[in-house]
Amino acid sequence: MSHCLAERSIDHVVLERGEVANSWKTERWDSLRLLTPNWMSRLPGYRYKGDDPDGFLDMPETIRFIEGYAELLDAPIHTHTVVESVSVCGDGYLVSTSQGEWACRSVVVASGACNIPKIPKIAQALPGHLDTITADVYRNPDQLAAGGVLVVGASATGTQIGEELQRSGRPVTIAVGEHIRAPRLYRGRDIKSWMYDAGVMDETYLEVDDINRARNVPSLQLAGSDDRRTIDLNRLTDLGVRLVGRLAGVHDGKAQFSGSLRNQCALSDLKMNRLLDRIDEWITESGLGGETAPAHRFEPTRVEDSPPLGLDLGEFRTVLWATGFRPDYSWLDVPVFDHKGRVRHDGGIVEAPGMYLLGIPFLRRRKSSFIDGVGDDARDLCEHLAGYLDGRASVAPA
Amino acid sequence: MAVDNGVNVEALLGAREALSQTPEGAKFNWRAQCDWIRGTHSRTSVEGFFGLGEEQKHRTKFTFDADHPEIFASEDHGPTPPEIVLAGLASCLTAGVASVAQHRGIQLNSVTATLEGGMDIQGILGIDSDVRNGFDGIKVTYNIDADATPDEIKAVVAQSQKRSAVYDIITNPTNVAVEVE
Repeated sequence: MSHCLAERSIDHVVLERGEVANSWKTERWDSLRLLTPNWMSRLPGYRYKGDDPDGFLDMPETIRFIEGYAELLDAPIHTHTVVESVSVCGDGYLVSTSQGEWACRSVVVASGACNIPKIPKIAQALPGHLDTITADVYRNPDQLAAGGVLVVGASATGTQIGEELQRSGRPVTIAVGEHIRAPRLYRGRDIKSWMYDAGVMDETYLEVDDINRARNVPSLQLAGSDDRRTIDLNRLTDLGVRLVGRLAGVHDGKAQFSGSLRNQCALSDLKMNRLLDRIDEWITESGLGGETAPAHRFEPTRVEDSPPLGLDLGEFRTVLWATGFRPDYSWLDVPVFDHKGRVRHDGGIVEAPGMYLLGIPFLRRRKSSFIDGVGDDARDLCEHLAGYLDGRASVAPA
Repeated sequence: MAVDNGVNVEALLGAREALSQTPEGAKFNWRAQCDWIRGTHSRTSVEGFFGLGEEQKHRTKFTFDADHPEIFASEDHGPTPPEIVLAGLASCLTAGVASVAQHRGIQLNSVTATLEGGMDIQGILGIDSDVRNGFDGIKVTYNIDADATPDEIKAVVAQSQKRSAVYDIITNPTNVAVEVE
């Protein structure tokens, strides 16, 4: 956004609570790599230039990538500046920070979708002998005591950390709720390449049936690694991880799991196959069928006939919450929230005049929450913002 | 020809839209009243319920007799309660199949669900306290003739489980408070 504003010579500052790339520096586990291949590391006027376009940046590389962009832009970034409140002031906003106040006409909220771990209420009923840890403070297996781990959540985070913990010798049980399976490679290419080619990544928020649903879909069960492996539930089963249903309750020192595991896996397999169908159709229509590996389908997720519905929590030492995150808007003192605490907006244009949202899932496009997606969103919203500052009535939010 | 499974999807989507604006109206309260007749025979009736912010009524009062078969030394005036649970699950999932299919533009020609629930009655008879009273598992088998591919039909059945009240009631724990007045 700073790049787009500077292009239009719009005076602005970027407020950062910590350092540039702060959450990448402080809230990621050691072995994590971007879920998107290097060629997708693109920002307006900047891109990955290394010799491994199909590889995946690790965290130090990701941090250097973002720091490099900040240096290139020479952006007016104020680091170690914590925003304490944003409130309406005249026809603009008053922004109070740990380093003083700013008055401005327009505010772009780009504070992220993953600020606070979502931990289910039943966590309070867990017996005292268990250590609990959330994905944002998890670093590596050595941080955990020896012994069994209950990983709650089977999206990209839960499956990757679950695999790592199992391989460290800690027996892992993974509680599986809604998740979306996807292979890293399909017909010889990265799934993301096909998703771009088939138009999936560029689908806009106006094109999907139910945008609220699309914004709440879990992230694809993908991982970045040197061997470009797929970490799905079948791989975890092969490693000896035990699959159980969604964590539904804690009672008398026992964890209770939903009996819905089979359907959760069926839904996920069907959804994956619909994506592969779409890719196959695109390949056929484009006449590329002869140049790629043939279409195929992956083995359905294996679920034992009667997965355990209850387990004695005494067999675990640690519970790891991989149950997702929510944004923190506690500092936003402007009435723009719905009854669930979400900011009401139309493709990033917030109801409050001159306020914008950036960098959340499916903001304007399916790729909105990716490094590669924010550029197009920023350009669109910057155009609206510039019109707003010019006082052009036609761009005033409804 | 327009797909017609007899489900008014427009009305359902309209209600969904309206209730997402006024979530208070979405709070329903379902009720049943059960009278003991004799032996293991009882009769449950349903009539009133609460929803959309006010008291509501079924078109008529419905009753369900429940009993046990003669091999339980009963008079078999009706299905056993576990069979009524299977009926509840089957009809909930099947209503979902019809609604999801309608929403997805899939014409259903016939739908049959066959349900089985295994039970070791050593539990309810108090013979072995390690044996659970309830089902040790439920198997639902759908036989569906529809104008759709096998995967589309599977997806309809999977989605109907995802949105089913009784499926949720059976697969997840529920607090039950039983009091005597």
